[in-house]
Amino acid sequence: MPQITFIEFSDISHCVEAETGKSLMQAAVDNGIPGIDADCGGSCACGTCHVIIDEAWRARLPEPEEDEVAMIDMNPEPQPGSRLSCQLCVTEDLNGLVVRLPEFQM
Amino acid sequence: MNAPVTLSSAIEPIPEAHTIPLDQLDVSDPRLLEQNIWPEYFKRLRDESPIHYLPDSPFGAYWSITRFEDIKFVDSNWKLFSSEPVIVIGDRPEEMALDMFIAMDPPKHDQQRKAVQSVVAPANLAQMEDLIRQRVGSILDGLPIGETFNWVEHVSVELTSQMLATLFGFPLEERHKLIYWSDMATAVPEMTGGICDPEERMNAMGDCARRFSELWHQRAAERADGLPPGFDLIHLLQSNEDTKDLIERPKEFLGNLILLIVGGNDTTRNSISGGVHALNQFPAEYDKLRNNHDLIPNMVSEIIRWQTPLAHMRRVATEDVDMHGHTIRKGDKVVMWYLSGNRDERVIDQADQFLIDRANARQHLAFGFGIHRCMGNRLAEMQLRILWEEIMQRFHWIEVVGEPSYVRSNFVKGFTSLPVRIHPK
Repeated sequence: MPQITFIEFSDISHCVEAETGKSLMQAAVDNGIPGIDADCGGSCACGTCHVIIDEAWRARLPEPEEDEVAMIDMNPEPQPGSRLSCQLCVTEDLNGLVVRLPEFQM
Repeated sequence: MNAPVTLSSAIEPIPEAHTIPLDQLDVSDPRLLEQNIWPEYFKRLRDESPIHYLPDSPFGAYWSITRFEDIKFVDSNWKLFSSEPVIVIGDRPEEMALDMFIAMDPPKHDQQRKAVQSVVAPANLAQMEDLIRQRVGSILDGLPIGETFNWVEHVSVELTSQMLATLFGFPLEERHKLIYWSDMATAVPEMTGGICDPEERMNAMGDCARRFSELWHQRAAERADGLPPGFDLIHLLQSNEDTKDLIERPKEFLGNLILLIVGGNDTTRNSISGGVHALNQFPAEYDKLRNNHDLIPNMVSEIIRWQTPLAHMRRVATEDVDMHGHTIRKGDKVVMWYLSGNRDERVIDQADQFLIDRANARQHLAFGFGIHRCMGNRLAEMQLRILWEEIMQRFHWIEVVGEPSYVRSNFVKGFTSLPVRIHPK
């Protein structure tokens, strides 16, 4: 299973094994990563599974769809690399992915 | 034109939901919330007709969407379901034809929302936390002990109006005007089934626009004089390229102000009242809270679900849409009944129970989903969290000692009075 590192805003780092085929959000929730609210349960409708993709990985992920862009746009503090983790599917190619969590989910 | 809506405020008995033929069931009747008999009506629609069409009502023909997942579908699909021109069930009278971003589709919606959403950015919220705590503390410390009083007036309205004044940079001593203007804007009979006099409402909207114009110019002058900018909304609007000359577009200026006043008023106010009421209806939950104050953040989400202070949002189909075998035609009005989705047993376990330690309490519909999701959700949660932290420091029990009374509306789900007595620790 691919290994993914979530780094909390306070710099605490969690390296987890993520199940392929599920969303990155689900991987975070399944592994009890704090800081992912996922209020809508993973349907790109609330923006509360916001993560910031490590720079080295940004170009290697599929481009966000229009709906995801619209939801990220509503965040008062979007950053380069901001994505919704419910819209990213875990694959073997993501082994070693590093994502940071924002200070707050909005 | 729609039939005129009656303005009578007397309590008129209405039939029980199971006695009404399904094709005549009208959940837009504002007396359902006023008389607190809405649960049975919406349960019937959820169970028997979750995509329900009513061809004739005082608010015109409309579809009712009452299940959680269906509401989420409609709310998330702004291309199929437009928010224009208005997001409440009834159409608006000419003088209420204001432009507000909640009732706009992209791209205009996005520009305007972006201009104001930083007022609730994390840094601003952190700055506000101490101030909110201080104000909550002084309101609670001023409450009478051992006598019956109206919680709505003395706490819910008072705290909400102070917070709104702070957000807007509005003079604190005039804060009650904000509540009055908000009440006038939401009580339009033909829009939400509320009760208000059209002339009084027109005057109120005029006063609101004038007072905020004065403040706008005052802020602009202060900045021209080199005074440091505040973090309030007017400053944010003036600093943003898309909204810096908002004042020159009066319908948009007033519309967005009204939107933000209403957005921060009824919602928080009625969740403050609803929490006290719910804890009294479910005393075992009050005991859980007394024994474990760490439950407060989870309880806040549960209070917001339980209260669902805005009962619905309206959309208009932009093309024919099939939902569960029903064809919603282009141009049809589609009403998402959030209060019903938040009691949908299909998604929410024991939906008719108020459970402060509920798992997945955050997964409720009260903030809406999609691009129009509530902008102030974190501020609202913070206000409620602080309020309950400070209440639990001081009081053993806020006892509800009489029947509450409720707002007549199909939009604002709220309390007009909640008689309580406080038992200190």
